[in-house]
Amino acid sequence: MKLSIQEVEHIAELARLRLTEAEKEKYSEQLSNILGYFEKLQSVDTSDVEPTSQVTGLTNIMREDAVIESGISDELVACSPEHSEGYVKIPKIFENK
Amino acid sequence: MELNKLTLIESFEGLRDKKFSSLEITKDCFKQIKKFDDKVKAYITLNEDGALVKAKEVDKKIKSGESISPLAGIPVIVKDLFCTAGLKTTGASKILENYIPPFDATAVAKLKNEDAVILGKVNCDEFAMGGSTENSGFFPTHNPWDLERVPGGSSGGSAAALSADMGIYALGTDTGGSIREPASFCGTSGIKVSYGRVSRYGVLAMTSSLDTIGTFGKTVEDIAVILKYMAGRDEKDSTTLDVPVDNYSEEIKKDIKGLKVGLPKEYFVDGMDESVRDAVLGAAKKLEEMGAEVIDINLPHTDLAVAAYYIICPCEVSSNMARFDGIKYGFSQRDKNKDLLDIYLDSRANGFGAEVKRRIMIGTYALSAGYYDAYYKKAMQIRTLVRQDFDEAFKDVDVILTPVAPTPAYKLGEKIGDPLKMYLEDVFTIPASLAGICGLVVPAGLANNLPVGIQLLGKRFDEKTVLRAGHQYQLVTDWHKQRPKL
Repeated sequence: MKLSIQEVEHIAELARLRLTEAEKEKYSEQLSNILGYFEKLQSVDTSDVEPTSQVTGLTNIMREDAVIESGISDELVACSPEHSEGYVKIPKIFENK
Repeated sequence: MELNKLTLIESFEGLRDKKFSSLEITKDCFKQIKKFDDKVKAYITLNEDGALVKAKEVDKKIKSGESISPLAGIPVIVKDLFCTAGLKTTGASKILENYIPPFDATAVAKLKNEDAVILGKVNCDEFAMGGSTENSGFFPTHNPWDLERVPGGSSGGSAAALSADMGIYALGTDTGGSIREPASFCGTSGIKVSYGRVSRYGVLAMTSSLDTIGTFGKTVEDIAVILKYMAGRDEKDSTTLDVPVDNYSEEIKKDIKGLKVGLPKEYFVDGMDESVRDAVLGAAKKLEEMGAEVIDINLPHTDLAVAAYYIICPCEVSSNMARFDGIKYGFSQRDKNKDLLDIYLDSRANGFGAEVKRRIMIGTYALSAGYYDAYYKKAMQIRTLVRQDFDEAFKDVDVILTPVAPTPAYKLGEKIGDPLKMYLEDVFTIPASLAGICGLVVPAGLANNLPVGIQLLGKRFDEKTVLRAGHQYQLVTDWHKQRPKL
């Protein structure tokens, strides 16, 4: 199967990636090859096979719902590109009316 | 004497018996790094000041007669995927080029707890996506055995630095073969643990249902010591299990008489290098001489594993990489007149490399409306079949002996232009990853002066048996003692 440039653009938009024209060309070809390789899985009948999403056998690991101080909250916020008074700063997303 | 050439156990014994100091070992490691790393290019960040301070601290403890841990004062190489408090952690990605985490990964914290000396952070494929370390956002690492060849990947910096004696042991991660392939290409030993054996907390996530944390050593005996300290339940990683950690160093001393070793016929494929076949069959013969019983087995769904993996991995990648948005941490492309969406789009476009973008695209496509059943669900069903293959096989055998990669180390640039060709390199390492079982690689041959390793796969949480087989093999062979001529 061949992935069109329009499809590549649609996926890039979903994935929040800005692609150059050259990248679109390249990914259209490379992704088509890779998706083509996946076709071999369709030859196997898996209608009765349970999917494996993980192998631990664990479910719902709970801990007490209690506040634990990380001790590094200021440092974590300080990792953000823009911050002020313990908050992460982002551009305005609503217009003032 | 060049102390950087010692094994972990030799280092510990020398420190304990006061034959040399931690400062001397640490200085010799940095001497080696300064001499050769401009050629090998394993290190991204050196921790020289921090390491020397730590070494002196340990020396003081030894002098005052304090009993020390077998890891105390011994220099370790850390893959740049592990968060290290106060020390730059990039994941070999431009998007984290200047990121300094305020906390340690659990694996790192556990080693620090034993007074380990951290030499620095080494190169890998960006966020561990790749098998050659050529996908690093900064520079490729070269194989110390032949500088024109790749060290393997994604933990290529760890394997290359260790085989060039730029440290005593190394930390790595393995999702689809990222410890095992570089161990084979660089002639070191390396273990991929069972999923859930070692905490992943604080290690940059790639494929969360498959990522594992492991270690490289100059010998299997060394790995047995290190793993004891790394393994176990961690509250911060709910996929770690509360299964007792074995005393690996004791377990490996037992001989392998009567050990049942499976040889799967599906792992001997057309196009496989003769030297790889010879190494595996040679090792099988050796294990037989040592009293093991070699049995032919079948793992019928092996051929489907690569396709299933390269659906599951990109799907989880597309979701794990969503956290890099130019807002919380890392690189951010900002411009006064641009809105939030532009920050996302531009930061990701300029921060991620080609392979990361490719996997995000594949994953996003496979998970998008209408395709879930055909791709992700199908891949998870195939994963079940691959897992059941191993469950069946392990009813008859204790370990499974296989090749690691179809060839020894290949040349830089040889496969990088063809992603699918690169993915197919993982054909012998991926099935064990999907099954969540453990695998040990040990050197078992040389072909035109390039190392060739073998892989010993074990049951989930049965690290002790693969380590035992590997250690017993190293007691009667010398392959692990070979070093590259730099």
